[in-house]
Amino acid sequence: MELKTQPFMLNIGPQHPSTHGVFRMRVTLDGEVIVDLEPMFGYLHRGIEKLAEGRTYTQNIPFTDRFDYAASVMNNFAYVLAVEKLAGIKVPERAEYLRVIMAEMMRIARHLLAVGFFTNDLGAMMTPLLYMWREREKLVDLFEMVCGQRLTHNYMRIGGVSHDIPPEFLPALKKFVKEMPDFVNEYDQLLAENEILLARTKGVGILPADMAINCSVSGPMLRASGVKWDIRKADPYSMYDRFNFDIPTGTAGDTYDRYRVRIEEIRQSLRILSQAIEQLPQGEVCAQVPNLLRPPKGEAYARIETSTGELGFYLVSDGSIAPYRWRVRSPELLNLTVLRDISRGWKIADLIVIFGSIDIALGEVDR
Amino acid sequence: MALTLKHLFRKTITTQYPEKRLETSRRIRGQQFVWRSDLCTGCATCAKSCPHGIIRITTSKNGENKYKVDSIVFDIGRCMFCGLCVEACPYNALYMGRSYEQARYSRKLLWADMEQLMSPDNEASSYGHPEMDEKLPLQTLLVYGQISKDMVDKDD
Amino acid sequence: MNHWYYFVDLFAKVRTTFVEWLQSVDLPSSLIIFLDSIIGIILILLFVFPLVMLFTWMERRFIARFQLRHGPNRCGPFGLLTPVADGIKMLTKEFIMPAKGDKLVHWIAPVAFFTFALMVFAVFPIGKGEMGAFSDLNIGILYVIAIGSLSFVGLFMAGWASNNKYSLIGAMRGVAQLISYEVPMALAILGVVLIVGSLQMSEIVGKQTVPFILLQPMGFLIYFIGGITELNRSPMDEVEADSELTAGYFTEYSGMKFVMFFIGEYVNTIAVAIIVTTLFLGGWKGPFLPFWFWFVLKVIAVFMFLLWMRATLIRLRIDQVMAFSWKFLLPMALINVFITAAEVLVWQEWMSGWESFPWPFIFVNFAIAAGLIIVWARVFFKLGGGRVEVGGYRARNSQGHGADSQAPVS
Repeated sequence: MELKTQPFMLNIGPQHPSTHGVFRMRVTLDGEVIVDLEPMFGYLHRGIEKLAEGRTYTQNIPFTDRFDYAASVMNNFAYVLAVEKLAGIKVPERAEYLRVIMAEMMRIARHLLAVGFFTNDLGAMMTPLLYMWREREKLVDLFEMVCGQRLTHNYMRIGGVSHDIPPEFLPALKKFVKEMPDFVNEYDQLLAENEILLARTKGVGILPADMAINCSVSGPMLRASGVKWDIRKADPYSMYDRFNFDIPTGTAGDTYDRYRVRIEEIRQSLRILSQAIEQLPQGEVCAQVPNLLRPPKGEAYARIETSTGELGFYLVSDGSIAPYRWRVRSPELLNLTVLRDISRGWKIADLIVIFGSIDIALGEVDR
Repeated sequence: MALTLKHLFRKTITTQYPEKRLETSRRIRGQQFVWRSDLCTGCATCAKSCPHGIIRITTSKNGENKYKVDSIVFDIGRCMFCGLCVEACPYNALYMGRSYEQARYSRKLLWADMEQLMSPDNEASSYGHPEMDEKLPLQTLLVYGQISKDMVDKDD
Repeated sequence: MNHWYYFVDLFAKVRTTFVEWLQSVDLPSSLIIFLDSIIGIILILLFVFPLVMLFTWMERRFIARFQLRHGPNRCGPFGLLTPVADGIKMLTKEFIMPAKGDKLVHWIAPVAFFTFALMVFAVFPIGKGEMGAFSDLNIGILYVIAIGSLSFVGLFMAGWASNNKYSLIGAMRGVAQLISYEVPMALAILGVVLIVGSLQMSEIVGKQTVPFILLQPMGFLIYFIGGITELNRSPMDEVEADSELTAGYFTEYSGMKFVMFFIGEYVNTIAVAIIVTTLFLGGWKGPFLPFWFWFVLKVIAVFMFLLWMRATLIRLRIDQVMAFSWKFLLPMALINVFITAAEVLVWQEWMSGWESFPWPFIFVNFAIAAGLIIVWARVFFKLGGGRVEVGGYRARNSQGHGADSQAPVS
């Protein structure tokens, strides 16, 4: 005897404790099972791409901070690489190393945030989040030491970085790199073999590898599905071809694998950091670039591997001081397109977990 | 679960604000500005380099080829504290402040005029001015377990 | 009439003098009984409310310490007046009522929740001996089971009257949890009742020369986990999952009505802690120190353990919660009842009965409990829950833990 039921629509609205920002989902539910999902974003759209057309290349750098606001330095990095490619500017070596150090520190901080909020979505009452936040605070203090702000760094400039590191930066960073593996092991002890975590995340929200490639998913989501693709190895930019590191991949593509890939990436970033600190040369930190830069006419596309995926900047210049067109290939928006397909058939509680494992920051999704 | 029990007996890492404070970084891009009227020539390079255009400068002629700055106002309410103005100034006349408690009750009070910019309460940070580094105190770093100002020692 | 004098020894003198004065004034005896019961109710409230305030404070302070931060420490020394500040704040809030919600049900729901939560306290043996409870019913524990589940009626009414899909989902989850966990809990209590031979709460405490947790480890675990679920606390707090449904069934409540829910939850927590203490930890028994001290100490210890679990464990999904009850706890509880019955038989008939304590059974019970849990968890029950095959809006198959579509482990 079949039970007659009727699907109903629930609006997981823009104001919600666990959508990471203002994101709206219209979910069609059958009891507790998700039948259909319609994501609606755009609540944080600020028109940055249009605003950028009226400002010079250097003035646009603070705007790029505000994309993935939890990982500002990486956005700066991608933009600055694009401009340098367009204008043909060579960056001094010390500046390149500093950029890599900052980017890897930011990657660790971003992954800590991602995993912390992922466990918060699972329901752990903020406890693992605050433990990871403690490490992130240490990193953010170091950022404050170098560039003056904790969150919107505005550190990279066209041709290098804005400031050199003060003398007390390296000892503090070395201490951090030495202590961090113990903390990562602590997180593993708390979470990795936790029975309830395994029950809630293993097999949930599986993203098959072919679907991931077809939908332009990138970053830890792609690697968790088993595709070994990391731009730092596949298309190296800056100094990444000089470092030894591995690319962690998962096999199943479920939420648990995404979480594991992120934790492993923290470990690999620590490796890169310790190598970069050793190899840091002396020298200038910024090339001589005219104040109002006029790149030659043309277009350039530069991409980097941020902690959420492939961030790309496509710049078109018409020879004036402001860019003609600025287009951002936002990894989080593209990662979000698979949300509907991987969450069908799961329950509301799983939807929140899957959404947390995709790890978005609304600034990037909406620009 | 044993892990959380272990954490129960560790020290807290939060600071009891406002009784205890942390020492900010030397290069903090704080929420005020410090303006040196003796060095400023009124060239308005800072105003041109601001992404939002929040700096308003009016000048008048003061002899041959010189300008006297009549009024200089920063709209702190719309500023994003990126520091591009400080980097752009060719005469080293502009510094970022170190304060982070500039909240006011109305937007009108958030316009920093000449008086506020030159007031002695404003401390200048060394963002863009590395020569100021030695004069400023060291930052509290959580990496060393420092959670209040008095825990910073000079030779770390 | 004499039997309420020993309810709480500290207040005994007050009550004796009051009743003697009443008798001297020469009122009819039914009125004296009525006034006496009013005093008893006031004494229960005096016991419960400071404990609730203490528990709210402890919860916030200790969870904060687990998370490496201070808790509230501004109001009063160590923040002890924080519950008072909370109360004052709540009293000044406006009653918001959703426009299309059911007005009558919206008003009654918090009252029902709170009242039924408090009604359970009538039979708790807070004091010593037979006269230690407000009314020592000889079906004490049955009363507890019956009234304890009534508070969920209030919860469901709250979810319905809010005209909010989130609240309704939360309320339905709550009722589902309650129904799933009542049966194993009742069976776990049945184990203790078999040993004692009576349903009366003071008897149960009186017979515990050694705490029953040693004799009934499985029963303790089952009742404890069931209690956590009835309280809607982590790790089974899907009902009020803050990161999913904002606040579940009490999303639309504010002001004093919310306070009723909030305090009602803590009253329920105290009730469960007291039941665990009475049934398994030996009630008010303990060496050297006065009896009420041991009672409060044990209740607080149980609460601290609940707090620790809340701070650490991750929430379970609702279908996993129910699967855990029906597929794991219920068989365990049934096996526990059988084994306890067999042991009681052996003990009464072939050993000496109540003259000596059945020490060998302790080891036997622990071994059986450990073995059962390990074997069952590996072989029969894996905490998980498959994906439900979705074939469009209309064509729907039966729900439940569908095909095991778990991917291969990495």
